[in-house]
Amino acid sequence: MLKMSQFEYDAIRRHGEETYPHECCGVLLGTLDGQTRAVTKTVRCGNTRSDSPHNRYHIAPQELVRVQRQAREAGLEIVGFYHSHPDHPARWSQTDLAEAHWIGCSYVITSVERGQAKITNSFELAGETEENKHFEDEAVNVAEVAIANESTQ
Amino acid sequence: MKSQNLTKSAKPMKIYIPTPLRQYAAKQDAVVVHASTVGDALSKLTSTHPDLKRHLYTDDGKLRAFVNLYLNDEDVRYLSDKENTSVKEGDHLSIIPSIAGGIATIDSGRN
Repeated sequence: MLKMSQFEYDAIRRHGEETYPHECCGVLLGTLDGQTRAVTKTVRCGNTRSDSPHNRYHIAPQELVRVQRQAREAGLEIVGFYHSHPDHPARWSQTDLAEAHWIGCSYVITSVERGQAKITNSFELAGETEENKHFEDEAVNVAEVAIANESTQ
Repeated sequence: MKSQNLTKSAKPMKIYIPTPLRQYAAKQDAVVVHASTVGDALSKLTSTHPDLKRHLYTDDGKLRAFVNLYLNDEDVRYLSDKENTSVKEGDHLSIIPSIAGGIATIDSGRN
């Protein structure tokens, strides 16, 4: 299960609206407790796929190095990623699966229709290896209040 | 003088392990190795934690295409000596699997 506050949930959806008709992308930082990933912060990233930003996304690895450092300093972990599907359903594509490599993390997808965020779904990248990885539907629990950063309590 | 199982030029450096690979590195987010080059550091890492090897390398021993290596803030692929680049004490190496995707070539998925 993926838990996040209404604030972070709205931030993800708003990002997709702002970059429409291009795909947005970002990182979910938080804590991992068993099978529950609790998001305490979302980080917007740039989409480097300037050749095809309406249907592809890519986060520069150097930006990921920076985000990972930021997470470490805050006592958080990278627990997932998000991106948008402009004028397309909030379901994973073969491209999403082929290019997903963070097994055990959440991949959140928001459909944005004509500039309006519609459905937001999350999928856990399950499996053990590149050869048997697969996406599994994942419940998203959106809380009214901020998710506490348990690592600092 | 105390005997050490280290090469003379080996320096202590930290390798940061990404979330999905920590289960193969004794659940550590960082591993300290004594190494002289980037390649030596990876070799030490995978000899200490052999389960990491198949996640980082293909069957023919090549680094998987989606695995990015950053020595401090430099992409190892773009360093002139690549994995033969020397390391110094205090350097850190980040292992960062790539993040990409998109709706192009849709042919599956679930709601």
